[in-house]
Amino acid sequence: MTLPPELEAKFSEILGKYPPQHKRSALVPLLLYSQDYLGKITQELVHEVAKRTGVFPVQVEEVITYYSMLHSPKPMGKYHVQVCTNVSCQLTGGMELYDHACKKLGLGHKEVSSDGVISLEEVECIGACSWAPAIQINYDFHHNVTPEKLDELLDNLRKVQ
Amino acid sequence: MADLLKLTIDGIPVEAAPGTLLIDLTRRIGKEVPAFCYYDGLSQVAACRMCLVEIDGMPKLMTACTQPVSEGMVVRTETPTLTKARKGTLEFLLTNHPLDCPVCDKGGECELQDMVFRYGASESRYVEIKHHHDEQQWSPIVYFDPARCILCYRCVRVCSEGMGVHALGVVQRGAYAEIAPNVGDHLNCDECGMCIDICPVGALTSDTYRYQTRPWEMDHVATICTHCSGGCKTTLGVRNDEILRANNRDRSGINGEFLCVKARFAFDFNESTERLTTPLIRKNGKLEPASWSEALKFAASKLKQTRDSGGEIGVVGSTRNTNEENYYLQKFARQVLGTNSVDHQQSGDVITLLDALAGRKDALATADDLYQSKAVLVIGTDLAQQHPLIHWQIRANWRHHAARTYTISQGPVREDQHSVAALQTDPGQELQALPQLRDQLAAEPELVIVFGDTVKGAGIRELVAFGDSLGIPVKYVSLVDYVNSRGALDMGVTPFFQPGYQSAANAGLKGGKTLPQILDSGSLNLLWVVNADPLEQRTLASEEAFVIVQDLFLTETAKRADVVFPSASLYEKQGTVTNVFGQVQRLQRAAQTMGAKPDLEIIGLLAKELGAAPQMGPWMADKVFAEIRETVAGYNIPLPVIATGGAAQTQAPAEALGVANDPSLVRSAQNTLFTSGTLGKYSRKLDSLLESPGALYQDMGALELTSQ
Amino acid sequence: MLYNEPSPHEVKVLTQRFGLPNSTTVDTYVANEGFQAFMKAASMTPEAIVDEIKKSNLRGRGGAGFPTGMKWSFVPRNNPKPKYVVVNADESEPGTCKDRPLMENDPLQLIEGMMIAGLVVDSHCGYIYIRGEYRYLIDIMDRAIEDAYAKGWLGKNIQGTGFDFDVYTHTGAGAYECGEESALLESLEGKRGVPRIRPPFPAVAGLWRCPTVLNNVETYCAVPSILRMGGEAWANLGTPRNGGTKLFCISGHVNKPGVYELPMGFNLIRMIEDVAGGMRGGRKLKAVIPGGSSCPILRADECDIPMDFDSLKNARSMLGSGGVMVMDETTDMVQIALRIMRFYQHESCGWCIPCREGTLWLKKILTRVSDGMGQNNDPALIHELANNMLGRTFCPLGDAAAMPTIALVEKFRDEFEAYVRRSPMADLTATETPVPVGA
Repeated sequence: MTLPPELEAKFSEILGKYPPQHKRSALVPLLLYSQDYLGKITQELVHEVAKRTGVFPVQVEEVITYYSMLHSPKPMGKYHVQVCTNVSCQLTGGMELYDHACKKLGLGHKEVSSDGVISLEEVECIGACSWAPAIQINYDFHHNVTPEKLDELLDNLRKVQ
Repeated sequence: MADLLKLTIDGIPVEAAPGTLLIDLTRRIGKEVPAFCYYDGLSQVAACRMCLVEIDGMPKLMTACTQPVSEGMVVRTETPTLTKARKGTLEFLLTNHPLDCPVCDKGGECELQDMVFRYGASESRYVEIKHHHDEQQWSPIVYFDPARCILCYRCVRVCSEGMGVHALGVVQRGAYAEIAPNVGDHLNCDECGMCIDICPVGALTSDTYRYQTRPWEMDHVATICTHCSGGCKTTLGVRNDEILRANNRDRSGINGEFLCVKARFAFDFNESTERLTTPLIRKNGKLEPASWSEALKFAASKLKQTRDSGGEIGVVGSTRNTNEENYYLQKFARQVLGTNSVDHQQSGDVITLLDALAGRKDALATADDLYQSKAVLVIGTDLAQQHPLIHWQIRANWRHHAARTYTISQGPVREDQHSVAALQTDPGQELQALPQLRDQLAAEPELVIVFGDTVKGAGIRELVAFGDSLGIPVKYVSLVDYVNSRGALDMGVTPFFQPGYQSAANAGLKGGKTLPQILDSGSLNLLWVVNADPLEQRTLASEEAFVIVQDLFLTETAKRADVVFPSASLYEKQGTVTNVFGQVQRLQRAAQTMGAKPDLEIIGLLAKELGAAPQMGPWMADKVFAEIRETVAGYNIPLPVIATGGAAQTQAPAEALGVANDPSLVRSAQNTLFTSGTLGKYSRKLDSLLESPGALYQDMGALELTSQ
Repeated sequence: MLYNEPSPHEVKVLTQRFGLPNSTTVDTYVANEGFQAFMKAASMTPEAIVDEIKKSNLRGRGGAGFPTGMKWSFVPRNNPKPKYVVVNADESEPGTCKDRPLMENDPLQLIEGMMIAGLVVDSHCGYIYIRGEYRYLIDIMDRAIEDAYAKGWLGKNIQGTGFDFDVYTHTGAGAYECGEESALLESLEGKRGVPRIRPPFPAVAGLWRCPTVLNNVETYCAVPSILRMGGEAWANLGTPRNGGTKLFCISGHVNKPGVYELPMGFNLIRMIEDVAGGMRGGRKLKAVIPGGSSCPILRADECDIPMDFDSLKNARSMLGSGGVMVMDETTDMVQIALRIMRFYQHESCGWCIPCREGTLWLKKILTRVSDGMGQNNDPALIHELANNMLGRTFCPLGDAAAMPTIALVEKFRDEFEAYVRRSPMADLTATETPVPVGA
């Protein structure tokens, strides 16, 4: 499988972090960065990563299905909205915020908009408890999010499109 | 030997070697500590939490499967806390386990059933909806029911660790975790069925056995697998003379729980509708059914006539018949028919090896040696495909004892996963690579060398000389193809030797033709073939020759025959077979096919027709074996050993054989896991598999294991 | 820069550089006592360094509270295998958000702590395992690492000490269980984050089965300060056997939630009132989870307590990671119990029976109770099932799920029973007595 040059460079960087006899350690980072670059994890990628890390494709599947941030076979949207509803966020309105997001986007948990632009996920604690309620859009943190602020953030996503 | 440690279990003082696991020790002294995931021989997982025990000084309950003994340890395995713990854990397990017992194959031999009976949790307080995922079919043989799976990981471990196939994985997380096959929704694997038999519950079931019967309805017969030369013990489940399943879950015999796809699933040839069930006589150019008396009389008359007129008779014995049958056949041929043209298809040059090792003690390896030896050299074979038992033993040796494996082969082999050195050469050139390994091998404390059919004749002497030059104890295995290939040689089904490698020439038997010579002889008058198919790939030169065939099926050779007798399979007769290691094991008759007779009986009846019955002796397996024990060198094995299901090691000849083999006679059939000569052709199960017909020397990593 | 208004009650040791411009650069770091501890340690014996750590009474800041000096002394530095220093930056315990500001504002402090650990165990390679969601911190950490290499504070023969050290970041991908040290190592090795059988412990057989030091971000961050001020001085900031300061993440129904570095043993009520600005809306305190969701909840009347490991253990709870979740009288405890169990069920790796099946069953019961379909025996059943998980599981996640549930159903039993009373199914109970045949 030919990877885009940026991703190929990232692969080299990642594999270079570990002793060659332990290249399996690169498996999770390779998958996550591939998902970031390519938007999704395909069977072809699974085989490519398996080859590069010296494991069987089934072992790659084992890993993909274990980690919450690896979405396969169904990819998430271009902008993946993650709303935390764990205790600290729950105490400050996180559940209501999530319901609000569901209604505004017309999406449920791990659902993707029909144009593939936005997806929504109710997530576990993202480490922003003292600045709750908090959400992530892809990797960007947003703290002290009110329903109004959420509306603004979500509207902006469509605008960028 | 290290000092034994003293400890107490439930107040009972016990002694054990350092490193002993509590779970093994408790079971040894008769205390049942329950466990699902613990399986002796596989890695520890401590996942099921059933084996928790109380140990003084340790605040938490500890898993017996990971706890080694220590001096003064005080252990309790039966306390109210533990009873509650076991019941609680079982209750958790049963929350998502379907109440399938009435329809589940495992009912009656299910470890979960047994534990619930023992430890309670039989009444459910679970009122929620069970998490369910439909059953899947992963191959023509393997079915997986995720709902029944208790995630003990035995299947994953036996496939990865034991077999080296890595076809099973664990996907998803938490309560939704499941076992998954390696190619999307199906398996590409050895189809050995190890996973099915090791599963404690009915999560993995086989297509051959599903919904057929209950375990208590079957007779369980311990016998030997009829396929390759490993000589694995198998337990056939038989109901009303029909074989319904084969496994070795009781872990007996030389193979423990190991069986390959052929042993486990390729017994269906036995029930094939193409089995010959009546003798056939050629009338007007066509083979017509005939009665036994008609066929026997006809064949016997031809035998008598040919013999009495000094005609040329060739007799081809079998590598898938019993020792008794081969012994009886060559005796008939030599003493009654007066011919020394007795042969079979040699698949390994055992003769030259025995000659080269003559007089040595302990130069031939046993199945156990492959598991114990610190180093193993494998030459010219793809063990995982061609000799799966040997592959299993060597791999287990590596897993448990860190044994070192060296290979010289014509392509990738499964030992590449763990071997110390893996050299590749063209077939026939393997010995030229030996010098590259000399230093490493000489540094080993001992060595077992296993070699295939490309090492023969002078090559074997070269190999033995190499072994001697290492200056360490070396044992050898000359690989042969079928269940009784070794036995055929031991019983003298070759023109060079009488039984026990006594020179035929010295016994006054002269001028015997070899198999190719028999087939090519334009002056052959009569050919008698017992359970072999030499005409599969060759033609019989003598068009006039009268051909008698005994076989299970209408093989190519049978199609040329003038008289065909229907044979019983190895699963349908008594007798003994000798495996590739020279170990004798006894068969037990498990089933029978109406109309077919054991070959020993057929030969005996022919003898009777010729009036030679008194000379030949009774055609009863144990009587013939008694004669073998007395007259065949090396076969004076202790009867109690084989009578109780053990394997008795025959002895190699003490002196040089004095007769050379013709190496050009040696040719392996190069079976894969999915081919097995004649028998394999009639196994619909083998044929139905995605992996069939299989291939040798495949690079597992390069296999396109994709669901696309 | 993730940083809240400091409180005058704070004792800013680990957070001393927070708020400085360019605090992530080597220049700023060095200008503010950065790497002084490393240079000092480079001239000390490993035993002397460990001694100082032991004197400091530094205990693991990830939640387990194991004495760090002792942990480091378990690593066999004479083992011929390479040794590794691994940082647990997986920070996923609900209520915990302290490692984020530490890495964001003072990444080099973490690296210096790692290097000192390297000196102790003769390790020359460190990995920082950062949870996948913290991508921006991986970038910040990578830039700081790059800066350190450029300025000669990483790589070969650091500043002429003869000591080599390399540091790499490694991303997780969303799994709370990977915060458990042996599961973290499995994940670092490219596998599912399933914990290992112990013994052997990571100190002896850790990363790639080599001897490994494995500690939380905050633990490593404390080490440079300990060496600079001396172990005893650090210890005296806290309480006996609970040395130093702790970054507390105060969240929930308070006016000034935030991350505050306070001395060990700081009183919890004072923390809420004085540091966090008191209960929002002037409401009454109902309960506090003191150290992250794994810690049993404290009722308001139990909150007058010093916040250190030993005091909370004596109160049948835990200090954990220091995630202080403050709840006022409007809080529905059944909903809290449900959300906590949903978390553990989602994060259960699935390896062992009691946790895998137990968390799912408990989640289903709690969901049913919360949805108004509870049965009379549900509170008792929840209590019993949680106890059936406790101490039986392969790793502490099972305990982390069981203990808070037990505490909630014990201390707020009336709220559970109130839910059940409102349920139309209340009197339906799974029968203990078998239904008679023919009935």
